[in-house]
Amino acid sequence: MTSYNPSVFLLMVNGQIEGANFPEYDDLYCKYCFVYGHDWAPTSGLEEGISQITSKGRDSSRSLVWNFPLDITFKSTNPFGWPQIVVSVYGPDSFGNDVVRGYGAVHVPFSPGTHTRTIPMFVPESTSRLQKFTSWLMGRRPEYTDPKVVAQGEGREGRVMPCIFTFYFLTHVP
Amino acid sequence: NHSRFFSDHIPSSKMMFPHTTPTLSLVVLRKRALSQYAWWFVFVGVSLCLTNQAETGLPSAEEAYNFFTFNFDPEPQEDQHKGRLKRRPRRGEGEGEEEEEEREDEETETEDEDLFIIDQSARDFLEVTRAECMEYSTRVQREEELLFTPSTRPVPAYSKLPENVQPRYLEEEGLYVGERPPVSLSNQNILENRILIIYKFDVLFLCLHSIAVALHCSVELGVLSISAQTLTSKHMNRYTVGIGDSQGDYQLDVDVSGLVFSHHPLFSREHVLGVRLAQLCDQQLSRQHKDLNRLLSDKVSGLNGLRNTNEYRMCFIRHTRRLRDAEQEKDRTLLKSIIKVWKELKALREFQRFTNTPYKLYIRKCVEQASDELEQEAEVQAEVAELRAEYTEDYETKMSGYRGQLEEWKSWRRKEKVLKKKQKQRKQLSRDEEDEGSEEELGEEPVKPEAPEKPDLAGLEQQVRKKAAKIRRRPGEPVLLPELTTAGPVTPNEQCPRGELARREDVTKRSLYIKVLYNDKEVSRTDSRSLSTDFRVHFGQIFNLKIVNLPESIKLQVIYESIGSSSSQLAEVCVPIPESSVLTGTAPSEELEFSSNQRVMFNHEGVGSDVPFSFAADGSDRHTLLTSAKLSCCVSWAVGEGGVPLAPPTSQPAAGLHSGLRQRDAIACIGASGLNDMKKLRKWAADSRLDPNDPNNASIMQLLSVAVPDYFRLEQLQEEFNFPSDGELDRSRRFRLLRLRSQEVAEFRNLKAIPALEREISEKVFEDYECRLKEVERVDAKDHIDGHRALVAKYLQKVRKSVVNRFLITKHHFILSDLVIEEEIPSIGILGLNLFKLAEPKRPLKPQRKERKKVTAQNLSDGDIRLLLNIIRGYDIPVRRPNASKPVGARKGSRSYGDPFTSAHSSQTALQGSEWPLGQPVIQPFVEVSFQRTVLRTSTAEGPNPCWNEELILPFRCAPSGDYSTSSLQAVRDEVFINIFDEILYEVVEDERERGASVHTRIERHWLGSIKIPFSTIYLQSRIDGTFKVATPPVLLGYSKERILGSEGGYDAVRSPSEGTFLTLFVTIDPQLVPGDPIREKKFDTQETERLLLACELYEKDAHRRFPDRRCVTTVVDMNGKTVFVTRFIRPLTPPQELLDAFPNSPQETMELVARYVSFIPFLPDSVSFASVCDLWSTCDQFLTLLAGDEEEHAVLLCNYFLAMGKKAWIIIGSALPEGPTAYVLTQEHSRYLIWNPSTGQYYGQYDTFCPLQAVGCLINTDNVWCNIQVYAAPMRMSFDVTKPKCWKPFFSRTFPDPGLSSVQPEYLVYRRTDQTAAAELQDRIEKILREKIMDWRPRHPTRWNRYCTSTLRHFLPKMELSGGREVSEEHRVDVLIGCLISGFPLHLPFSEIRPIIEAVYSTGVHNVEAPSVEFALAVYVHPYPSNVLSVWVYIASLIRTR
Repeated sequence: MTSYNPSVFLLMVNGQIEGANFPEYDDLYCKYCFVYGHDWAPTSGLEEGISQITSKGRDSSRSLVWNFPLDITFKSTNPFGWPQIVVSVYGPDSFGNDVVRGYGAVHVPFSPGTHTRTIPMFVPESTSRLQKFTSWLMGRRPEYTDPKVVAQGEGREGRVMPCIFTFYFLTHVP
Repeated sequence: NHSRFFSDHIPSSKMMFPHTTPTLSLVVLRKRALSQYAWWFVFVGVSLCLTNQAETGLPSAEEAYNFFTFNFDPEPQEDQHKGRLKRRPRRGEGEGEEEEEEREDEETETEDEDLFIIDQSARDFLEVTRAECMEYSTRVQREEELLFTPSTRPVPAYSKLPENVQPRYLEEEGLYVGERPPVSLSNQNILENRILIIYKFDVLFLCLHSIAVALHCSVELGVLSISAQTLTSKHMNRYTVGIGDSQGDYQLDVDVSGLVFSHHPLFSREHVLGVRLAQLCDQQLSRQHKDLNRLLSDKVSGLNGLRNTNEYRMCFIRHTRRLRDAEQEKDRTLLKSIIKVWKELKALREFQRFTNTPYKLYIRKCVEQASDELEQEAEVQAEVAELRAEYTEDYETKMSGYRGQLEEWKSWRRKEKVLKKKQKQRKQLSRDEEDEGSEEELGEEPVKPEAPEKPDLAGLEQQVRKKAAKIRRRPGEPVLLPELTTAGPVTPNEQCPRGELARREDVTKRSLYIKVLYNDKEVSRTDSRSLSTDFRVHFGQIFNLKIVNLPESIKLQVIYESIGSSSSQLAEVCVPIPESSVLTGTAPSEELEFSSNQRVMFNHEGVGSDVPFSFAADGSDRHTLLTSAKLSCCVSWAVGEGGVPLAPPTSQPAAGLHSGLRQRDAIACIGASGLNDMKKLRKWAADSRLDPNDPNNASIMQLLSVAVPDYFRLEQLQEEFNFPSDGELDRSRRFRLLRLRSQEVAEFRNLKAIPALEREISEKVFEDYECRLKEVERVDAKDHIDGHRALVAKYLQKVRKSVVNRFLITKHHFILSDLVIEEEIPSIGILGLNLFKLAEPKRPLKPQRKERKKVTAQNLSDGDIRLLLNIIRGYDIPVRRPNASKPVGARKGSRSYGDPFTSAHSSQTALQGSEWPLGQPVIQPFVEVSFQRTVLRTSTAEGPNPCWNEELILPFRCAPSGDYSTSSLQAVRDEVFINIFDEILYEVVEDERERGASVHTRIERHWLGSIKIPFSTIYLQSRIDGTFKVATPPVLLGYSKERILGSEGGYDAVRSPSEGTFLTLFVTIDPQLVPGDPIREKKFDTQETERLLLACELYEKDAHRRFPDRRCVTTVVDMNGKTVFVTRFIRPLTPPQELLDAFPNSPQETMELVARYVSFIPFLPDSVSFASVCDLWSTCDQFLTLLAGDEEEHAVLLCNYFLAMGKKAWIIIGSALPEGPTAYVLTQEHSRYLIWNPSTGQYYGQYDTFCPLQAVGCLINTDNVWCNIQVYAAPMRMSFDVTKPKCWKPFFSRTFPDPGLSSVQPEYLVYRRTDQTAAAELQDRIEKILREKIMDWRPRHPTRWNRYCTSTLRHFLPKMELSGGREVSEEHRVDVLIGCLISGFPLHLPFSEIRPIIEAVYSTGVHNVEAPSVEFALAVYVHPYPSNVLSVWVYIASLIRTR
């Protein structure tokens, strides 16, 4: 860089999306992306990604395992807007349409070390039963315009219908 | 007596008394202080157990039950009472009372008999007796017998102390005495009195009382066997403090070296004497060491030498002398006794014929010098002289006293004599009593003083000499120095008699050992050593004690063993705990004396202990001695490796053992590490009550007072964590930056990576922002005509700012559909449509435009957005004038521009057609689109009605900082210019001969007209599709309008009412951007009634439900952001008078003028001024003040003017091309409706094909709002008769009548005349700027200005203004411009700023002419209208000299 070297700090995130526990669904894949504040910038690594499709394991826990690696480095000048990872899980419904099965977000851990995070996942619910039916019929479930909204505070006043799906996420923050 | 006393104890809470009369002493007792009871209780507490429950006089449970359940007979209460009395044991009651009761008993007994007789009838009477009550005085008296009340008066000191003892006041002696706990003086006095009287305690205890009080051990004190021991023990317990924290390496070395008996039961007599002798010799030796005698003698002689007869000095000398004499005397007696004992010893040895002890006394004689005698003599003389002087003095004082007494006596005698004489005389008169009285008066006869004896000065010397002889050795006598050795022979056992032998055997049987007890626990013991014959036991053992607990006591127990019998403890010796400075190796050995009072008797020579014995054979001179010994031992702190003392380092001496109260060692308490902790040290100091006055403690006290602050800081890091003040925060650049960003200030809205450190933020960051802030105040005058406009701009800025702030909150409000994509419920219609779609042909012949997917603006970047323009065709483009359109011959042709260029010149059209034989078409128009300085053009078409059908793609860049958010897109002010040009080819071949060989042409293009479409319109509408009227200049030099009647005749008839050129366009943005959210207006403040608002909502909802694409407006937002009902804006307002006066005869023209006036007010869309903010309606006065507004403001103003002019006028809310949702004005003229475009000032008939108004949503009038409920919304196909309820749905109806809403408009408008000079000034400035700009735009060519042409044009322009741009003759300039090829046109603009004018000029492309001989002409005319409304004309022309 030039002689002007602004003081920044780096946040390196290694980790993996280990797996999820969606009791009702199978053959899911997930997308992740990072949401961060104005003062943050990724310096290396992938900001978003999409995982392979995974099927349920044969073991008793019947969990979905992705073991999808994450590796990204941020630089920032301000802890405000600490990165959050937003994960959305998709899978086929009974008609084969790709529908969203869950959204979730969690902050990248604040302290170095190995952390395991469990993200509760949720999907927006249809506003009425009829719409629920039609959306099921047409294979177009309600979904967020942008998955990043789950990491933002704006416009989320109490209309999120949680589903109880766990989701593991392991990071190492050096 | 004691038990009596305690029987009336007072349980402090219940106050029950064991008396027959339970109420007896309550009153009296209550008078005493309650605290006193506490003391009582304390002392009595122990013996409480002695008292019996039966004594309390309470009825038992059974009795109580009987009492309450018994069906009382009329028998008097007394009976009951008596019965109870009888049952009650009377142990501890007063005798008097007993007697009394006995009497009563007798009575009751007699009564009892009677009662038994009349048992049955007894219940029938009720005998009333007087309540048994005792007189108060008797009660008190009796009580005094029984109760003891200690007085509260202080106990006099004499009764506390034994006789001849003075009380000590330690405080007064300057010693530190700890604070006593607060005990009231009266309580203390009571306690003292009590102790004095009841317990008759030791005086010692009374002395202790203050301590006792101080120690709160009141309860323990109650125990009778109180002693100092308990006190200490209690406190000793406190010292077993856990010193776990100070696991220091402390080690005590106890060195038990030996034991020497000074008396032992097994001593023989000789031993006794020997020991005595040894002691005396020791004494002698120590005295010799001190040599007091010599010291004092020197002192005396020294004092004598001074010979100063001072009284005091004399006295001092005398005193010293006396001391010396005493010492000398002691020396002498000691010497004498040594010799005496030695003689006795020798006698004893001789007597018993053996020696037991090796003692042998030598007496050394020192021969005196000759001077000795003289010295003594001199001494005697001096003393004698002294004494003599003293005596003389004494005698004199006595004599003087005697003389005085003698005088007194003599005078008395004289008086007596006189008296006696008198008495004699009186006796003669009355011989009675009086003589006695008079004699008494005289008092006793004083003793006659005796004269003091004369001192016997002669005897003095004798006296002195005698004394000297007694206490001193005689002169010449040798000095005797006794010297004791133990080298004497001891008679061996064989030669001893049996008794002695038995003793000696006994001695050998004995052995001793010593136990070492540390804190009363045995830690080790010495080896057992047998007693030697000289009664010395040598142990020589050192015990190393590792200390964990605080040393409280170190004791050595001397255990006595004898073979064949059990061991017994001889004595216990307490060894003081050494100071920490006492270390092994340097510590001196101490000799501790102890004795035992055991009584031991022997039947052999041993003298025994506590047994009288005598040295003399006859048994006289008996002595009784107790076993005693000296234990020599040494306790010291060990020295560790490297000479480190293993002792607690403290300045506080471990003097504790002796003063139990203060035995607190800092180290022991808080540990060595604790010494660094000031807090602990302070606590310890407070707890241990260090004497602050003790010099030993001075250092620690100073340390405490200096180092430990009196306060305790809760969070010492507070300063670091203090939040900065507001001022600091404001000053911080970083914080300011962050704050501005969060406020979404335009410059900082999308700032990334604000530096972490203050110093990395340069001040420049704020420069732009601050400049802008300053600009708000100081609007630069260059762009504005005058101060007024500057003020307006400033006002506009302010309004904008406040409104933007107001909307910031609503902007951040989302609704569900913003976040969640959800399929709408498909209606049957849609479903049917979808089904129908299945049957659709795959590739229809007439494909319909499909809706594209909308893209949210946030993830866009540069280059993603393109502007698509589909230019389809043009209509009615002006054609070249025939004579001008022969460019081929133009080289020579002296072209005449003589014919006036009028729009309707149909006469020439026929001619025209015939005059283009060479294939040069009448016109070759093309369309050029410029947007953000990007210019694209279509291909050239031919004819006045060309068809291009071309798509142009223009890139779109968002100017401000690459931000593609909705709000910034809306704020883009760029406009799309669509210009129509005519392309003309000129042959430039100079030589005729070359004509056949080569073609040289020059392309020239002439501007014919333009369409302006603001980007914001495109953005908000997402597509613009339709036929637009091209704004053509009123005068186009060299062109004329063609009327082609032949080919499109039928069509012509239709479009005839409107004149002009038209262009069919389709404009859109790719990808389709989501337009800004409509602001949900319900959130704004309002002053309308709730009912009206509700009705509005219903009305609009209904309208929207029925016709979703028709706009229906009932409420609007005014400049203050408040919701206002729309009819309030409509009110007749008179237009400026000069406009009305212009055409007094023609109302039609007046209306046109008024419309023109309104259209001159600059157009400023709300979405541009108030980014992403909904429509704001300003009132007409605000509009005129601001001189900016969008369609609504124009429409409102125009409508109000028309209403004032007596017309029937409405505002049409609908949609038009190209502006989209807009407002027009409808007027009714004799059953004919005219639609006015308020922004342009043009009007259209209802059936005009090219009327830009496409749909009518609603009509608004002063009184009502009508919603269009007709099938069609196009003006051509609908009826404007609002009275038809089938066509129009009114807002105010019979069910909801108009509540009479007042207007928000002012009653009349005030117009100010615009300053002519200011207009002229502006004119000059615009001209100057434009000239410069044109020169700038032509950087590679010289720009020449044709002055003549310019001045001609300048004269021409005002006429254009007057004529409204229509009826203009061109002849005036034609003659001037002979020989020139001229192309140019006037531009007509409303004035708001200079920048749009420049843009407009640029878009014409006049400056692009690159002919070498080109000249330019530029004229600007500004016509002022009232209220600073300015009409600007710019005439720009290019001239090419052809001659």
